[in-house]
Amino acid sequence: MINELEVRIKRGGAGGGYEDFRVPQRENQTVLDVVTWIQREADPTLTYRFACRVGVCGSCAMTVNGRPRWTCRTHVSKVAGDGRLVIEPLANLPVIKDLASDMTGFFEKWQAARGRFEAAISRDDPLVPVSPTSPERREADAAIECINCGVCYSACDVVAWNPDYLGPAALNRAWAAWNDVRDGDRDGLLRTVGGDAGCGNCHSHQSCAEHCPVEINPTRSIAGLKRASLVALLKGGA
Amino acid sequence: MSIRLYLLQRVSAAILAVLVLMHLAVIAYAVQGGLSAEEILSRTRGSLGWGLFYGLFVLTVAVHGSIGLRGILTEWTRLGRGAASGAAWASAAILLALGLRAVWAVTA
Repeated sequence: MINELEVRIKRGGAGGGYEDFRVPQRENQTVLDVVTWIQREADPTLTYRFACRVGVCGSCAMTVNGRPRWTCRTHVSKVAGDGRLVIEPLANLPVIKDLASDMTGFFEKWQAARGRFEAAISRDDPLVPVSPTSPERREADAAIECINCGVCYSACDVVAWNPDYLGPAALNRAWAAWNDVRDGDRDGLLRTVGGDAGCGNCHSHQSCAEHCPVEINPTRSIAGLKRASLVALLKGGA
Repeated sequence: MSIRLYLLQRVSAAILAVLVLMHLAVIAYAVQGGLSAEEILSRTRGSLGWGLFYGLFVLTVAVHGSIGLRGILTEWTRLGRGAASGAAWASAAILLALGLRAVWAVTA
């Protein structure tokens, strides 16, 4: 085992530079452990974001050796065999400071993609049964475990090229919402995601699916939205 | 791009795939006896079929190419969507005008 890691950290805001640190290497050490060691032992001004440390909250995502990852679930031994780490904030988002990205635009697009439930009935009406084995429920199941970490958004080439594009996370959520048969405005959702910033922009590069820490396939969800939007358009509903 | 443009680009691509193959097949066939303007014009002049064939060719090229250009401008330049759309419409108009003029010249 190498005794010390050479760690290069992106510092400052958009125009910032890099700073190098030497960090003791330990067994079962995650990239988040490395960042935390630097803040506690080397430079307390280092800014980063984390909460749960166990892959539940999705807030510690950063770019590690060029790839977006959850730092809490990324073991140093898996990504830095040569003992070198380059840690940067998530791409495709403005930087607040150091390793903390501003997620505001990401969540605004979540709303813009209409990924929320539109009730068709009131609480006084009887519950609508949804079979766990229905095709729609299975499609929703495949997309629903997203915890909004922003890894797919950071990995997406189209987001990098076209900042207006809603992106894989928001569209994946829209696909889950559209497959909720209780939703009262599924056609409206298709009109939203079929707009100029929507699903038609996806090039199917599949970087989102490649990088998603919980193995969701947003490209597949977006392909589903494309199909549904095309059918609605041809039927005159979109 | 919107789902309407997405549909138009896919439909025009599907049509072009057939037309381009026919176009290439005709070229391969026609050059066997030597290639001259006279020989080409003898085949196309007064032909409603070739007029419609290449008229459709020009139309689908104008649609497909312009939507593609709009996508490239949106993704690879700092032009806004409005400017990219303007450039796409201009390219469609130019492609249509030049293409249909050429079709008219060889088939009328």
